[in-house]
Amino acid sequence: MSTETATPTISDDAVLRQAAAWRDEGRKVAIATVVNTWGSSPRPVGSQLVVNEKSQIVGSVSGGCIEGAVVEEAFKVMKTGEPSLLEFGVSDELAWEVGLACGGTVEVFVERLEP
Amino acid sequence: MKSAHLDALLEAQKTKQPIVLVTHIKSGAQAVVTDNATAGALKLTPALRSMIDKARAQDRSMTVEAEGERYFLQVQIPPRRLIVVGAVHIAQSLVPMAAIAGYAVIVVDPRGAFATDARFPGVTLSTDWPDDALNALDPDRRTAVVTLTHDPKLDDPALSVALRSDAFYIGALGSKRTHARRLDRLREAGFTDKDFARIHGPIGLNIGAVSPAEISLSILGQITQVLHTPAAEKAA
Repeated sequence: MSTETATPTISDDAVLRQAAAWRDEGRKVAIATVVNTWGSSPRPVGSQLVVNEKSQIVGSVSGGCIEGAVVEEAFKVMKTGEPSLLEFGVSDELAWEVGLACGGTVEVFVERLEP
Repeated sequence: MKSAHLDALLEAQKTKQPIVLVTHIKSGAQAVVTDNATAGALKLTPALRSMIDKARAQDRSMTVEAEGERYFLQVQIPPRRLIVVGAVHIAQSLVPMAAIAGYAVIVVDPRGAFATDARFPGVTLSTDWPDDALNALDPDRRTAVVTLTHDPKLDDPALSVALRSDAFYIGALGSKRTHARRLDRLREAGFTDKDFARIHGPIGLNIGAVSPAEISLSILGQITQVLHTPAAEKAA
């Protein structure tokens, strides 16, 4: 057996491994997951992004257009421990500003990884 | 997310076991569900459990509503596999097509001149003898096995292992005449008509395929058809 085939998998393996690695280093970690999409969207349901308190980010929940807002919310969630559900749509100013051209709507669930 | 739940997800990835993380969206309460166990603070009602089963069967993460509450079901499942025996010309188009369709593809061919990284860049290759290779790969109900070598001493051992496995699809390249002779040999090896009904041979949907790419398309089409045909219809 040689190298692994590059095939899409449903689980974001590397993303969750990173979350565990940060946790083991004692970092604060939040996990953001796409839980719903309507219309076209850049990343499918189940896509994940993890972020630590030093603003290190692995994974994605969009083509890049909503990551900033998600990370900002993630910092809040890290502090309070209260999970949060974010919705980004075609009418969303932030999304338009950075060019969410896909015209879809996504819901992103943000939660803290308990230490 | 509780630390223990993350550990359960990572362990399932490592051991290639399916697992579902269930999240009550409003409260964030969670449970992890594996084949034999459920753990976590979230109580799972029968209605929710049946939705979890459905999401598992569809291999798809989704948000569902049960008893007026919204839950997110994160389905983590290893990719389906396609084992291709024979690093031949057809394999060179079948392998990338299957990868696009979401399969983890493994190519088996003990002939070193065929199974090379140059011919199959980035693909998992095994140069073990096909029966050894397939025994090691242990095909399950989410695995398809395709033999393409035309050579009985390579195809037959692979088919023998595949027929004793739960592979959801078994296909063998070769004309009707070749296939009839193949079945004769397998019959001598102790296999029966019931086993033969599982082998798609000549392989592929009948779409008039001529070129290697077209034949690959007909094979992948047939694998897809078998995958999404309910067991009851197959038996009919």
